[in-house]
Amino acid sequence: MSHHFVIRVVGKLLIPFILLFGLYVQFHGDFGPGGGFQAGVIFASAFVLYALIYGVDKAREILPDDVLRVGIALGVLIFGGTGVVSMLWGAPYLDYSPLASTPSAGQHIGIFIVELGVGITVASVMVTLFNLFARRGGDDELDAE
Amino acid sequence: MITSNLPALQVVVPLLAGPLCVLLRREDVSYAIALLASWASFAMSILLLMAVLENGPISFAFGGWEPPWGIEYRIDSVNAYVLLIVAAIGAIVITYARPSVAYEIEPQRRYLFYTAYLLCLAGLLGVTITGDAFNVFVFLEISSLSSYVLISLGRDRQALTAAYRYLIFGTIGATFYLIGVGLLYQTTGTLNMADLAERVSTVTDSRTVRVAFAFMAVGLAMKAALFPLHIWLPNAYAYAPSVVSVFLAATATKVSVYLLLRVYFTIFGTPFAIQTMGLGDALMPLAILAMFVGSAVAIFQPDIKRMLAYSSVAQIGYMVLGIGIATTVGLTAGILHLFNHALMKGALFMAMGCVFYRLGSVRLEAMHGIGKTMPWTMGAFVVGGLSLIGVPATAGFVSKWYLILAAFERDWWWAAVLVLLSSLLAIIYVWRVIEVAYFRPPSDSAATAAEAPSVMVVPMWVLAGANVYFGLDTRVSVGVAQQAAKSLMDGGV
Repeated sequence: MSHHFVIRVVGKLLIPFILLFGLYVQFHGDFGPGGGFQAGVIFASAFVLYALIYGVDKAREILPDDVLRVGIALGVLIFGGTGVVSMLWGAPYLDYSPLASTPSAGQHIGIFIVELGVGITVASVMVTLFNLFARRGGDDELDAE
Repeated sequence: MITSNLPALQVVVPLLAGPLCVLLRREDVSYAIALLASWASFAMSILLLMAVLENGPISFAFGGWEPPWGIEYRIDSVNAYVLLIVAAIGAIVITYARPSVAYEIEPQRRYLFYTAYLLCLAGLLGVTITGDAFNVFVFLEISSLSSYVLISLGRDRQALTAAYRYLIFGTIGATFYLIGVGLLYQTTGTLNMADLAERVSTVTDSRTVRVAFAFMAVGLAMKAALFPLHIWLPNAYAYAPSVVSVFLAATATKVSVYLLLRVYFTIFGTPFAIQTMGLGDALMPLAILAMFVGSAVAIFQPDIKRMLAYSSVAQIGYMVLGIGIATTVGLTAGILHLFNHALMKGALFMAMGCVFYRLGSVRLEAMHGIGKTMPWTMGAFVVGGLSLIGVPATAGFVSKWYLILAAFERDWWWAAVLVLLSSLLAIIYVWRVIEVAYFRPPSDSAATAAEAPSVMVVPMWVLAGANVYFGLDTRVSVGVAQQAAKSLMDGGV
């Protein structure tokens, strides 16, 4: 890809902003359009773009399969774990009210953490799916190192 | 705190144990987590059933959002019973699973197997426990997606095709269900089942509601593998890893049949489903065809797992026949058979899992004389087979007895005769296996085979023993089934 000069430069310029925009959609989701799912997809698209320009192997050096696997599981656990924490505080499962001093602040924090979990899982799954398809024909095993 | 959250934990424990397996990744750790989570689910389902039998239905508002706005988990005698079946099978199967999984699934995929198993369990429990029509769809997808993965882990390459075919059918079924839910939401503005039941009864003469009924009935019949929508089932069960065949055969179709009951009798209500839409007339011929075609095709299968799969198609016919009779006794028979069939198919598929573990094949020609070298395994097969036929003193007899009672109660003596005739077909296909296993000189592979490890034999005999126990002591199984049938017929939620 060394001769695709324009693509490389534009990619390098864009990728930080894509990541930033992903984070904006993530953390602004409770006030405006957005949320964990959309943010996860946008965040993952930065890595997909990187892989398209520099190759899948380079992209996997930055985001190794092991990290992705942990991300996939961790996001779901953060989501479910928030519910478990609220339960430990004596509220019904997934009732975020006791997570902070006032119920409304608690609900806010709860949604915030849950969406973070969604974002992590979605981004990890998206990149994993892309990697799997991009590597087809090679080692098509998710766990092959 | 914990007890009030029991309905949520019933689903959350296996649901979160799944990703935990992915995170920790090691095979032995994953197995330990799966074992623990499955038995915890089983314990919780017992507690829930006891609470329901004592104090009546339990309602749990998710996240503190009151129904009908929030998602409600609602447990009454019907789904507490099904929860118990699913969780019990889940716990027994996972206890049995380890050697079989080690034999059939590549080492680096085993932790994923346990993850998918837990997710499938969580999905099935979720479908059963929830009181929200859309939430059902979500859990239906969780259980279906994970079961496609589980089936495709089979050793044979055909497993991939089988899983793919199941994926197509399962997706169509779930989509039909979702279309039905969408139409109901459009007319009533609610997704809560109890709320739906109240509102649907006031708008039953609208075409939208009828179309919704049709979509949901067909979609769920597909998931339940009701003849002639069963064609995904035989290959899926035959090529899946042994443990998966046991688990899915004993739980997945049962949950779909439960959902059929829920939709017909709770959401749409008995008068609409039976009188207006003529549900009984539609289900009756299909059920009878399933009984005969399923059993007849089973007779000619050289692969015993495939044979058992076709027999499942026939057994689903018996359950649906009970539903189609549409009286309290008929429903009791249907629900009872749901429970008993889980016991017998569990035991039978477990026996085949043990045979496969030793012989590497479950084809009839490989099993010559296996009765002598694997006496415990084949003993469990015989008990399960007798129960499948419906021999007195086994669980299968009790449910067929109620089915025949229900038929006579409506003066449908021909239905009773047909039940008996199709049972004769079951004798033929069970006998084929027994004859080969006990009365033929051992094949080379069977002569050198040893009995399966006791971790597999003990859970298998627990199920086989349950077939005999629930054939003799029917207080619990029939008692709860009767209560469930009554509450369904009364339109209770």
